[in-house]
Amino acid sequence: MSYFIEHFPVLIVVISLLSSITILVAGWINNKTSYFIFITTILIQFVAAIFILVHVLTGSPIHYWLGGWKPPWGIEYVVDALSAYVLVILLFLALACGIYSKKNIEHELPKKVVSFYSIFQLLIAGLCGVAVTGDVFNMYVFIEIMSIAAYALIASRGKIALKASFTYLVLGSVGACFFLIGIGLLYSVTGSLNMHDLSLLLPPLYGNRVVQAAFVFFFVGLSIKMALFPLHTWLPDAHAFAPAEISAMLSGIIIEVSTYAFIRVSFSVFTVNFLKLLPILDILCWVAGAAIIVGSLLAITQLNLKRMLAYSSVANMGYIMLAVGLSTSVVSEPWNGLTPALMHILNHALMKGCLFLVAGVFIYKADLWLIKDFQGLGKRMPYTCAAFVVAAISMIGIPPSVGFVSKLYIILAAIEAKKIIFVALLLLSSLLNLVYFWRVIETMYMKKVEGEEYSLLTHVSKDEAPFGMLAPVLILASLCIVMGFFWLAKIPMPLLNQVNSMFGLNKMP
Amino acid sequence: MEERKQIEMMECLFTKILAKYNYWISVILMLIGLYAIIAKDNLIKKIIGLNIFQTAIFLFFISLGAIKGGTAPIVSEEIVSKGYVYVNPLPHVLILTAIVVAVATAAVAFSLIIRINEEYGTIEESEIFEKLKESEK
Repeated sequence: MSYFIEHFPVLIVVISLLSSITILVAGWINNKTSYFIFITTILIQFVAAIFILVHVLTGSPIHYWLGGWKPPWGIEYVVDALSAYVLVILLFLALACGIYSKKNIEHELPKKVVSFYSIFQLLIAGLCGVAVTGDVFNMYVFIEIMSIAAYALIASRGKIALKASFTYLVLGSVGACFFLIGIGLLYSVTGSLNMHDLSLLLPPLYGNRVVQAAFVFFFVGLSIKMALFPLHTWLPDAHAFAPAEISAMLSGIIIEVSTYAFIRVSFSVFTVNFLKLLPILDILCWVAGAAIIVGSLLAITQLNLKRMLAYSSVANMGYIMLAVGLSTSVVSEPWNGLTPALMHILNHALMKGCLFLVAGVFIYKADLWLIKDFQGLGKRMPYTCAAFVVAAISMIGIPPSVGFVSKLYIILAAIEAKKIIFVALLLLSSLLNLVYFWRVIETMYMKKVEGEEYSLLTHVSKDEAPFGMLAPVLILASLCIVMGFFWLAKIPMPLLNQVNSMFGLNKMP
Repeated sequence: MEERKQIEMMECLFTKILAKYNYWISVILMLIGLYAIIAKDNLIKKIIGLNIFQTAIFLFFISLGAIKGGTAPIVSEEIVSKGYVYVNPLPHVLILTAIVVAVATAAVAFSLIIRINEEYGTIEESEIFEKLKESEK
């Protein structure tokens, strides 16, 4: 079995690419087959990812040499604890979105079903590729595959989405170009592209200005991709006007995978010693702090639910990057090193995935976009609204939800790093979260339906979403609570500690 | 004294700017591209700006691998025995891939522009914004 698992990293990507083409060809013959192929592929990938995770946890990282060429000459796929963790999260959310999309896409894009699933599968190929690769240039290519697929998927609804997608395309391409310049600068001083090889060649060159410039290019390029605060302008429109499952993927996975790319580049290629040499992480903390506050404030002003959630994503990227910024100065368990950041990557994927899918249900059932139109929804769609409330209290951070655990850990990390101001910022942002989520909950459950006498006896006919859409929403919502207990019981901690010790974050500075 | 200073300045000019003219050209092209992306109103011109920006990076990569008097990187016995130098082939390979990426991006962008034109009847960004504002009202 172990022999097979060695090949899983490359299979996950290749299966996905092949399936994307198969969907297109099979779709010409019979467009009912496309969904079946799509969901089967994701299931196979998900199972493979779980096998990889188990293998990595019990044994050693998987190294796969493409074409048998030895690194640093050939391209190498490396799956360690961090990649396996991200891989499982992204395939899980992709599976949930895949199940959800059956009904939703038939309704929203009836004529484009085949091409939608084909491009969706391409998006997953790109995302998996970023997670498994151990080569910086290969990472650039996969980032572009995932981004180009995302541009096309966002635009699929037409109208405003076209403009949103165009803005994302221009900014995203500039970001990817910056990433490419960074690669060029690193290559010019080291002559290598393999991440492990680079991390061995770079330490004597840390004082070199070319290397430092390369890091800045990586940082800015990936900041555009992950929508860090001053560079987030593409995000709200793109998230708001894409189909629901693509919004969930964008917010829950695509910007998270860009964060993963940033963590990978800064900790695997440049290592902790470089980050301590320059005041990069301090700057990152302040930028992230600004992102948290500005994202939350802008979310309050929004009238459109999906735009509000999109601005909330900007704030949540701030949480993740703040946790990354604090990571080198925190050593005491269990909130040491990257643990809070990685924890929030999973938690944000669950919460935002759930919230965007719920917003999609409202649009599917009744074409409701604006928060003020949500009166009486609590009675019309009790399960969907309950899922929304669970995910929303999780975003606000009420125990024992996942949002509470990650906020708690980031606050404890900030206290240990002696940066009390960020504790204040986090508490303030929780308050702001409460303001904008409460507004939605209040409208759903407590406002009168216009022209109708409000009483408990009023009969409001139930009009619940179809089961195929309800199931992923409910699963994600219940995971928001269940994972909270898992985190509090510290069950996934060995995995995250493995990541920390891999990056040398467990030692005293 | 004055003369020596002038000579030093000339040397500095030579080593910093003229000897590395390839990098300067790629930086200038990059800035032209960025300017077009930011300042042009027409969406197609924006994409052309993006292409100039990407091409500047390709130029940067290729000039990294270039060597004065280097031949094509096909290693044969003749090249080895006569001690010829050859250019580094790796940046070429990278850029071939990057060109494919750039073409794919441009293709998606142009198809988006066609759809935008069908939807809004214009490809000037300011006019699209006006139409969006009207539709919001």
